[in-house]
Amino acid sequence: MLAMNYRGPFRVRVDHKPYPEIMHPEDAIVRVTRSCICGSDLHLYHGLVPDTRVGMTFGHEFIGVVEEIGSEVTKIKVGDTVMVPFNIACGKCAFCKQELYGNCHESNPQATAVGGIFGYSHTAGGYDGGQAEYVRVPYANVGPTVIPEGMDPDDAVLLTDVVPTGYQAAEMAGIQKGDTVVIFGAGPIGIMAAKCSWLFGAGRVIVIDHLEYRLEFVRNYANCEAYNFKSLEDPVVFIKKTTDWLGADVCIDAVGGDAAGNTMQTITGRKMLLQAGSATALHWAINAVKKGGIVSIVGVYGPTDNLVPIGNVVNKGITIRANQASVKRLLPRLIEHVQAGRLNPKGIITHRVPLEEAADAYHIFSAKLDNCIKPILIPPTART
Amino acid sequence: MIMENALEEKHKDNAGWAIDADPKNDPTYPIKNRTNEEHKGYTWERPTQQFVDIEVLHSNERPNITSVFGTSTPPSGLSGIIRRQAFKYSENHYGHWLPLILADRINVVEGIVDDLKRGHIPNIFAERGWNAEWKYNRKAAVTKIAVGVALTALLVFRLSKKNK
Repeated sequence: MLAMNYRGPFRVRVDHKPYPEIMHPEDAIVRVTRSCICGSDLHLYHGLVPDTRVGMTFGHEFIGVVEEIGSEVTKIKVGDTVMVPFNIACGKCAFCKQELYGNCHESNPQATAVGGIFGYSHTAGGYDGGQAEYVRVPYANVGPTVIPEGMDPDDAVLLTDVVPTGYQAAEMAGIQKGDTVVIFGAGPIGIMAAKCSWLFGAGRVIVIDHLEYRLEFVRNYANCEAYNFKSLEDPVVFIKKTTDWLGADVCIDAVGGDAAGNTMQTITGRKMLLQAGSATALHWAINAVKKGGIVSIVGVYGPTDNLVPIGNVVNKGITIRANQASVKRLLPRLIEHVQAGRLNPKGIITHRVPLEEAADAYHIFSAKLDNCIKPILIPPTART
Repeated sequence: MIMENALEEKHKDNAGWAIDADPKNDPTYPIKNRTNEEHKGYTWERPTQQFVDIEVLHSNERPNITSVFGTSTPPSGLSGIIRRQAFKYSENHYGHWLPLILADRINVVEGIVDDLKRGHIPNIFAERGWNAEWKYNRKAAVTKIAVGVALTALLVFRLSKKNK
């Protein structure tokens, strides 16, 4: 089968790899019909995540058709069209039982700090991902969800990560009616967080980024304010000024370790890897939020350390909330939102690329070429 | 309720125990449907264990290999030796993460060697998405090519001068 194949930082190709096999009674094999490249895949692509091994297939946002099931799979059957949450969750451990499906304790032997994630290095379990024609899906009784009749597959594939992560960013931010919400990052997650902030009753939504085409996009898509930090002398002062000098009620870091905007953070975090990515967005979020405010983090960082103004967290009495999205917990509500037309996930897809051209798609997304917001990969078997 | 009664019994001699406890004081709401399952320890009924027929490195912050695991790219070669050493240290330690990053970089060279051994010459330009760069960012692509050619020419010129 064809599958994306990581060869090193900034190098991927599509190769023939063996078909995946059932390796556990709760496994399923899914024929992929759509997969996305996630902004967090770029952290892998840029070589920022430790234990990213050459030969791995990335891809944690995908949908497809169930081709084969293990002997203990009862919740889905062969032929079902399913969306597969990016979290691999057993449903039985203490964390899954409390709906912390992104924190499963039985899916990632390599690290205890994160549950298993499809195609996201050995630090997240060593699973090959969905940027392929076929993929092995463990714990198929828990994660995979049959796509409701009539739902557009392009909407469904974005429900496996982007929408839940954007929604949970807003949910963790504890937004109250009338709150001013500032979102750092106008990538797919930031765009979705901006859109979802309104669902929680935000009074004002402001997005900060440095790419004009993305700012323009989010202004239109999420009906919010959007500013280019390159044109602001200091984004924190700007936020203070525009909130009557008090700061935002809520700040969301939707960037993570690939953040631009601070030379020192960029050199130490992205170039020299002396910290776990550049923490510029988080730094700004902490400093731009009001006293007693909330900072919500969904941006992905590596597992070591980051330079952030933790003293200000204490002195300002900030609550920091963060997690990988618990996709399974959120899906029922998000499906309702999509079906009711309150959310239009597929509206952020800008590039539909054949799987065979994954290397170009990665480069386009990484280098922000051709006004790229969200690329999806379509395997040849899904194009006929 | 049974767990709560047992807790109260356990702390009955501890004056004021839980007197200010407030279930609403829970910053994890609604992310966590709190039942305090983890207070029971690692006692849940584990899923069937996936057969371990490849080398799986596991964090020393857990006692075992998880019930399922990925089988992509088991450790091998020099990078594998480094990864095995790294897993002797916990996730709390630079001794774990920095060697893993080193192993990743060595693994890139191993990948090229493996390609060549299989008779495959990797098309580095295609792998780096140069088709897209040429299509959407031609000016930058031309600049990079010009700089590359100039540096190579300079290097060749210097080497040839040295050899003379």
